[in-house]
Amino acid sequence: MRNLKFAEAVSEGIIQGMEADPNVILMGNSISYNSGALGTTCEANKRFSHRVFETPSMENAITGIAIGAAAMGKRPILYHARADFLFLAMDQMLNLAAKWKYMYSGNAGTVPIVVRAVVGKGWGQGATHSQSLHSLFAHFPGINVVLPNSPEDAKGLLLSALTLDSPTVIFEHRTVYNNVGPVNEERYFTPIGKAKIVRAGKDITIVATSHMVTEATIAAEALAKEGVDTEVIDLRTIRPLDEETILESIKKTGHLLVVDTSWELCGVSSEIAGLAAEKAFYHLKSPVRRMSTANCPQPVSLPLESAFFPKASNIVRNVLNMLGKNSSDNIDIDLKDNFKGPY
Amino acid sequence: MLQQIENNEVIDQSTSNTSIQTNIEKELLKNMIWLRMCEETLVKLYPEQEMRTPCHFATGQEAIATGVCQALSQGDVVYSHHRCHNHYLAAGGSFFKLAAELYGRLEGCSNGKGGSVHLTARDKGFIISSAILGEDIAVAAGSAFAFKIDKLPYVAVPFFGDASCEEGSFYETLNFASLNKIPALFICENNLYSTESHIDIRAASGATIHGRAKALGIETAAIDGNNVFEVYNTVKSVLPKIRSGNGPFFLECATYRWREHVGPNFDYNVPNRTYRSKEEQEYWINERCPIKSAKQLLLNNGTVTAVEIENWEASMQIEIDDAIKRAKQGTWPDVSSLLENVY
Ligand SMILES: Cc1ncc(C[n+]2csc(CCOP(=O)(O)OP(=O)(O)O)c2C)c(N)n1
Repeated sequence: MRNLKFAEAVSEGIIQGMEADPNVILMGNSISYNSGALGTTCEANKRFSHRVFETPSMENAITGIAIGAAAMGKRPILYHARADFLFLAMDQMLNLAAKWKYMYSGNAGTVPIVVRAVVGKGWGQGATHSQSLHSLFAHFPGINVVLPNSPEDAKGLLLSALTLDSPTVIFEHRTVYNNVGPVNEERYFTPIGKAKIVRAGKDITIVATSHMVTEATIAAEALAKEGVDTEVIDLRTIRPLDEETILESIKKTGHLLVVDTSWELCGVSSEIAGLAAEKAFYHLKSPVRRMSTANCPQPVSLPLESAFFPKASNIVRNVLNMLGKNSSDNIDIDLKDNFKGPY
Repeated sequence: MLQQIENNEVIDQSTSNTSIQTNIEKELLKNMIWLRMCEETLVKLYPEQEMRTPCHFATGQEAIATGVCQALSQGDVVYSHHRCHNHYLAAGGSFFKLAAELYGRLEGCSNGKGGSVHLTARDKGFIISSAILGEDIAVAAGSAFAFKIDKLPYVAVPFFGDASCEEGSFYETLNFASLNKIPALFICENNLYSTESHIDIRAASGATIHGRAKALGIETAAIDGNNVFEVYNTVKSVLPKIRSGNGPFFLECATYRWREHVGPNFDYNVPNRTYRSKEEQEYWINERCPIKSAKQLLLNNGTVTAVEIENWEASMQIEIDDAIKRAKQGTWPDVSSLLENVY
């Protein structure tokens, strides 16, 4: 199997989705540019230019327009260069799309829109260009919330979303665009609502979202050297939530650490902790621990920005601490932020 | 404001004597040169990769910031969008604090937490800039609304680009402003592009931006935004009416952004960037430079001499170099301040 970059995998997913279903259309800002939405829409724009619609800046109305088109049988994929712009689209997504099937009891058809949104990180993205809104959206029944980390999942989850009746929002962390991995050439479907064990282990469970899967995997390698066998679960979808995979793992390891790219309070890390407390309490050998972004908006200044995110070295420290082991002060495993400006 | 007229007196064009007129013309030119030299210094330093914050440079658009801010009075307030350095500086914001902000230092106007798009100089009347399109339009209207409630003679001014006029908040705000006759002066800098999208693919031909404001019952004008005297005189002439309760005014200023949307380069030097031609950019840079034309005019009519301009530039350069030096030597925020100012 060939290796693809994350962007290439998304692009291939879009192309195969468009080939398979003439109703799939693309809408958004920067999708028709040479740079093509981080490279994900260049090919679609070449092959299906009449189904790729560059739009003005109009997050609220374009979501409604996508919903209305979906009601007539289209399958719009909307793109947002930053997830933060979704705040302007929330009314249409949550008051209407997420409730459409239920409120009209299935009698008004379905509105299966797919919304892609990139989450910024690093290079002083700052407070309003860096937020991952997955926990927020996941609060609402009727919408699927997806966070791919591997290229393989990026393609498979997108293709699955294009077959569903319900609306889906996909959060693509900018950091996951660095990922390269094997991707099947066929059109395949990765189930939405199913977590993936990316590294099997027996001593502790780390449940991670999006880019934190990479951080957790790096941590797990370092922990292996300390004699700790870590199981890393890539959540992939947070609504619907795959309780079974998480609970099975806790039953096996007895320890749970959740690492997320958003905040703790009312966030998905709390949800998983709640799940463990409710349904795996007697299997836990230590208190559940959560790691998430600091309890403040994202600052720009470098020392503050780097203190803001959970990272591999801190994951290692937390795990060793949870297992009652000593950790050395210098754990030199953190990813270098080699991102260069301007953005 | 940098060389702000410190009282609320409005200069009546017809009765103003020539020396006042000469002074203000010089100030307008001088202020534009200040903006240009500051911004271009940042442009030159940006590739050092030490300013880790996405910068939207506004080189070429100085006449609007200068012309508007020089016409304002103490008590008036200014808001801006992502392309905000000019507005901040024209309102009198400190260049040192801007540079320190971009370098992520404690001495920055937002103590390094905000970055390039989140500036403030409240004591100068520059309340904030924000990075989400359409926000500042509504927020400035809110400040104007407060002035109206308190019967204060002040005006609130949002600066924004043509793409902000595509957002819902633009229409909602203008309708409210018109309905309530609030003292707001809306300044649209139409530089033809929203990132890489020309206005022609974002608005139907013949549908002007000021026409949208007019349709909501707001008085408007569309002017050459690269002619600082036209900007200044237009604003000066409408301010008394706005202050006296006649309602808002909408000014569309035609201009052009010289550099790439975000970052220091000229687009024509960036591989694979084809959204605008080198010829078009060179036309605006060579034939329509707001500073070049103002300089020529004032030199020709003897208002200013070449030596005077050289002297300004020399002392500005000293101030700029000193500010950069101090900014680079600024203090890194301590990680203990990460959670400060959340509430
Ligand atoms: C709500 C929202 N949508 C999209 C963006 C992304 N974005 C940032 S600047 C920009 C273009 C702005 O163009 P314009 O308003 O003409 O101002 P200019 O950059 O030309 O000064 C876009 C689309 C954003 N910041 N906020």
